[in-house]
Amino acid sequence: MRRLLALTLLLFSHATLAAPDGAELFAQACAGCHGLDGHGGVGVPLANADFLATVSDNYLSRTIREGRPGRVMPAHRNFSDAQITALVAFIRSWQPADRPSPQEDWKPIQGDAQAGKALFANHCATCHGTKGEGGHGTGVTYSRPRDFPIIPPALNNVGFLYSASDRLIRATIQHGRAGTPMASFADRLSPKEMDDVVAYVRSFSEAPIRWERAENEAPFLAVDSPYSLEETVENLKRAAIGKNYRIIRVQTLENGLAPAEEENPKQVIVYFCNFDQINSALTIDPRVGLFMPCRITAVEWEGEVKLMAMNPKYMSRLFNNAELDRSCETLHQQYLEIMEEATL
Amino acid sequence: MILRTLLALLLLLVTAGVRADDMMMVRSSLAFEEAMLALQHAIVEHGYTVSRVQRVDIGLTASGYQTDKYRIVFLGKLDEVRELTARYPQLIPYLPIKVTIFAEGEETLVATFDPSLFRELVPDSEARFLFMRWKNDLHSILEDVRLGK
Ligand code: HEC
Ligand code: HEC
Repeated sequence: MRRLLALTLLLFSHATLAAPDGAELFAQACAGCHGLDGHGGVGVPLANADFLATVSDNYLSRTIREGRPGRVMPAHRNFSDAQITALVAFIRSWQPADRPSPQEDWKPIQGDAQAGKALFANHCATCHGTKGEGGHGTGVTYSRPRDFPIIPPALNNVGFLYSASDRLIRATIQHGRAGTPMASFADRLSPKEMDDVVAYVRSFSEAPIRWERAENEAPFLAVDSPYSLEETVENLKRAAIGKNYRIIRVQTLENGLAPAEEENPKQVIVYFCNFDQINSALTIDPRVGLFMPCRITAVEWEGEVKLMAMNPKYMSRLFNNAELDRSCETLHQQYLEIMEEATL
Repeated sequence: MILRTLLALLLLLVTAGVRADDMMMVRSSLAFEEAMLALQHAIVEHGYTVSRVQRVDIGLTASGYQTDKYRIVFLGKLDEVRELTARYPQLIPYLPIKVTIFAEGEETLVATFDPSLFRELVPDSEARFLFMRWKNDLHSILEDVRLGK
C-alpha cells in the first residue's frame, strides 16, 4: 500500500513538477512556422538580436497566448503559464549575452498622433500598409519570390497592440532590426517625430482592424442536378473551363483506394485548377495546398444527382488569415457559379 | 489603460476562434525527397493507403512560376471512406484526407487540418470517435516525419 502511494506520488510529482521542455515545445508548436532555430518561415524570424533586445518577456508571453488575429500567428490559450515561461526562456537562448532585454515599462509616450499620421504615411505605410494592416503574405519564405524578404507585420492588430508597450514601438523605430527590412529611423526622424509616430500607432487601438473566425459558414456547398450523372460530369467540366480553369483529372472518389473494378462509380470527382490563382494563393499563405486542386464532386445518392464541394469560406477560418479569407470569398463565388452553370 | 482593457476584451471575443490546433503543421529537417518518403512510409505504417500524389510544383513551373517542391498527398482507408460517404454524403467533398508537403530550403513542411473538425458535419458519436482516431493517427504520422523516422 505504502509502495503504491509512493509510486503515485512519484508519478504525480513527475507530471506536475517537471518543468516543461521549452525546446521540445517550440519544435512541436512553433518551429513549423518560425523555423527550428528561429530563422523564420511562415512566421517572422525570432532569433534576431535587435528584436530580442527590444522586447520584454511579457511581450513574448502575451504574443504567444493571444496570437495575432487574422495574421496567421495563432493564439495558444491552452498553454499553461509554465509552458509559456519555458517557451520564452527557450526563445531567449538565442539572445546575445551582452544585449539584455528591457524592463517592462508601460508608461505612455506622449506624442502628436496627427503629426504621426503624416509621418507614418511617408515612412512606414509602403511596408506596414496605409492603415497598418501589414504586408501581403506572411513571414519569410524560401520557396518562392516575394515583395520583401520578410513580410512586414501588422501594427494595426489587436494582438500586437495588446502586447506591445509604447516603449517597445519606440525602440523598434529607433534601432530597427538588423538583418531585416526594418531599418533604424534614428537618422531620418527626430526624437519628437518618433514619439509622434508611436502616438499614431497607439491610436489604432481606438478602432483596431478586427478579425473573427466565421462561425456560421455551411461546411459544404451542394446543388441538385436535373441531369444524369454522366451528363452532370460533362456539364461540370464545361462550366469549369468556362471560368478559366483547366481540367486536370476526373476520377472516382475511391480511385487509388479500391481495386479499379470495385470503385464506386456514383461518386465522380472533377479536379480543376488555374495556376495563376494557385500561385497568388501560395503567396498569401503557403499552407493553402489544403484547398488544392479545386474540386467539385458529382454524386448519385438515393437516385438523385448532386454536385458537392467544400465551402472555401468554411475552411479558410482555420488559417487565421484575413487576406486568405478574401480570396476564399472569390473561390466560394466561383464554385457556386460553376455548380449552377452545370445544373442549369 | 482604458484602451488596453478594451483590447483585452476584443481579444477575448476574437481569439476564442483563433485556435492553434485547427491546423497541424510540422517542420522536418529532412530534405524534401526523404521527407516525402518518410511521409508515405508513415501513412502506410499507420494502416492507410496513399491514393494519389498531386505535384502542384510541376504545374506551376510549366505555367512559368517559380516554386520549390510542393505536393499534395491523398490518403484514406477504403472501408472507412466507403462507409462514411455512404452514410454521411456531407463528408464527400472532404475525402480522401489531404496532407500538403512542401520544401523550405533544406527543410520540409508538412501540413493538414485536424479531422476532428468533421464532428461539426456529423453529429453521430461513433463517427466522432473515428475522427478522433484520424486526428491521433495524423498527428502521429506528422510526428514521424518531423522526427525523421
Ligand atoms: C522596408 C520596409 C519597412 C519599413 C519602411 C518600416 N518597417 Fe517596420 N518592420 C518591417 C519588417 C519586415 C518588420 C519585421 C522585422 C522582423 O523580422 O522582426 C518590421 C517590424 C516593425 C515593428 C515590430 C512589429 C512586430 O510585430 O514585431 C514595428 C513596431 C515597426 N516595424 C514599426 C515601423 C514604423 C513605425 C515604421 C515607420 C517609421 C516602419 N516600421 C517602417 C518593415 C518595415
Ligand atoms: C501558423 C504559423 C505560426 C505558428 C504555428 C506560430 N507563429 Fe508566431 N508568428 C507567425 C506570424 C505569421 C507572425 C507575424 C504576424 C504578422 O505578420 O503580423 C508571428 C509572430 C510572432 C511573434 C512576434 C514577433 C515580432 O517580431 O514581434 C512571436 C514572439 C511569435 N510569433 C512566437 C511564436 C511562438 C513562441 C509560437 C509557438 C508557440 C508561434 N509563434 C507559433 C506565425 C506563426
